[in-house]
Amino acid sequence: MEQPVLNVSGLETHFFTDDGEIPAVDSVDFHVNKGEVLGIVGESGSGKSVTSLSIMQLISAPGKVVGGEISYKGENLLLKSEKQMRKIRGNEIGMIFQEPMTSLNPVFKIGNQLVEGIRIHKKWNKKDSWAHAIKFLKLVGLPRAEELMNEYPHQLSGGMRQRVMIAMAMACEPDVLIADEPTTALDVTIQAQILELMKRLNNETNTSIIMITHDLGVVAEMCDRIVVMYSGKIVEQGTTKEIFESPKHPYTIGLIESVPDVRSRKERLYSIPGNVPKPGSIKTGCHFAPRCKFAFDKCFEETPELMDAGQGQLARCWLHEDKEKAALLEKVES
Amino acid sequence: MLAYTIRRLLMLIPVLFGMTLIVFFMIRAIPGDPAQVILGQQATEEAIKSLTKQLGLDQPWYIQYVDYIKGLFTGDLGTSLRTSSEISGEIWPYLAATLELSLVAMVIAIFIGVNAGIISAWFQNSWFDYTAMVLALVGVSMPVFWLGLMEQWAFSLELGWLPSTGRENVRNPVEAITHLYLIDTLIQGRMDQFVEVVRHLILPGIALGTIPMAIIARMTRSSMLEVMRSDFVRTARAKGTRMFWVVYKHSLKNAFIPVLTVIGLQMGLLLGGAILTETIFGWPGIGRYIYDAIGFRDYPVIQSGILIVAVIFVFINLIVDLLYAAIDPRIKYN
Repeated sequence: MEQPVLNVSGLETHFFTDDGEIPAVDSVDFHVNKGEVLGIVGESGSGKSVTSLSIMQLISAPGKVVGGEISYKGENLLLKSEKQMRKIRGNEIGMIFQEPMTSLNPVFKIGNQLVEGIRIHKKWNKKDSWAHAIKFLKLVGLPRAEELMNEYPHQLSGGMRQRVMIAMAMACEPDVLIADEPTTALDVTIQAQILELMKRLNNETNTSIIMITHDLGVVAEMCDRIVVMYSGKIVEQGTTKEIFESPKHPYTIGLIESVPDVRSRKERLYSIPGNVPKPGSIKTGCHFAPRCKFAFDKCFEETPELMDAGQGQLARCWLHEDKEKAALLEKVES
Repeated sequence: MLAYTIRRLLMLIPVLFGMTLIVFFMIRAIPGDPAQVILGQQATEEAIKSLTKQLGLDQPWYIQYVDYIKGLFTGDLGTSLRTSSEISGEIWPYLAATLELSLVAMVIAIFIGVNAGIISAWFQNSWFDYTAMVLALVGVSMPVFWLGLMEQWAFSLELGWLPSTGRENVRNPVEAITHLYLIDTLIQGRMDQFVEVVRHLILPGIALGTIPMAIIARMTRSSMLEVMRSDFVRTARAKGTRMFWVVYKHSLKNAFIPVLTVIGLQMGLLLGGAILTETIFGWPGIGRYIYDAIGFRDYPVIQSGILIVAVIFVFINLIVDLLYAAIDPRIKYN
């Protein structure tokens, strides 16, 4: 099998606050293969954004990556100096963010911001970089690309800005693109366009994409494989098909159930009771146990590891220790 | 932009009109009679009466005011009661002296203040940050007259490095052309005199620049801290931009508007409020000119001096407002 482009293992990112050390990302393992789209799903506070910023090493104080390995093409990014990381950011690994409204610098022209990254990494002259930037603005489907180069972000709509962000992240042809909630702040119709665009870029350039989102619709649309995160830990991992057809963790089941379905009009929309616990607040047992309808004594006493839930699917749930208990999950689904 | 500038200039008229009115009445509310001050304690009633008549001060206030305003419209600032010469003819050397000192003070204040603020924000909570902010606090709290006296004591009296008073070496006087001595000496190629002028500028320049420097440093720091948490700063870093450029290009331009406001206000204050510094350092500036005029109840000089300072103040504010639009493309004056 081909070696994954990016392999994260045992990643630990902790925040050192006045309330003590908070494990925002707690021994997270996953990998991304060449040309693959991996979805990282979770509610806010589950640690998915911190995971992506850890890969880029853009975690700022009081946060710190305290353990694990992030291996990109066989090299551990955590051992790289700031200078070496700068050569990777934007060049090998590109990133787009949730808020296209605030992610572009309001006081510089689009062209200036696009060309900046190209000039840093490709070391081209101004003219070539400018032409390259225009090429990418066209690639992401922006009309009047030449004129846009001389406009400021506030003159563009949200969807256009997100396209600019994508062009910026793709301009140096990275091998991995990390998209942190790229469509959350956009209108539904624009969302679909942006997803379509990312899918096309994935097909055309064979760039691997890590899609971070809380939106299962986006995941179903885009991803080959899914990692579900809850309270800093991965709770389930599998292919998109497997996870949507037979989720193996009660949390994933809850997530899927809470997606509104137009065809079956339920009285009330399902929601998982309770809130995501503050990372670090649950010391023993499964972090999801207090909200889980399947929870039994062991769940509150011992923290489960990721275990095989059949067909290569992994779930962090004690139910899978025992075939009979695991069968409970099947019942709920049907 | 041009229309806005013209509108702002037209708005100046009522502002300045109101100001002349206030100054006109306030100085007449100060106890003391110009004729009495000029003639001295022993003057006879007759002499005072005839001088009052000669100065036109026996006229009712509204006639005096109308005469004054009429004069202003024809560019006549009036005649000094003390020197009997035209104010418009004698005010420039004083104004030039103040301009030169304020500009030097402000250049020092901006250069050191802005950089100290930036570095403090960049390395927040470092020893540099703590030291700079403690010094800034000392700076804003320090009375100018005390700082000036301490400078004179240390650098003139004890060390003998720099002259304590005046603008030039009186034994080697500068031949005035523009009355801005730095320029005059350069035009004439008199490097010896240029060095002397610089030496005379250092101590009052530091005394005058300390408070603005401290205020600018604090404002820059807080503004930068806020901007450096922005999404677009993260975007810039994700592109692989060096931290130096993230700070000095992406962040500074966004953080500069409040700093510019402070710079404008401080510049205005320096031009009008340098009386203490000018007195301590024997600097023949506009502050001293007005201050002396108050002692002599030289009404026309007080009126015109304050008017000119006010006009400069308003113009600086206009320039600052126009610069906002140059820095931030979202600001439009239409």
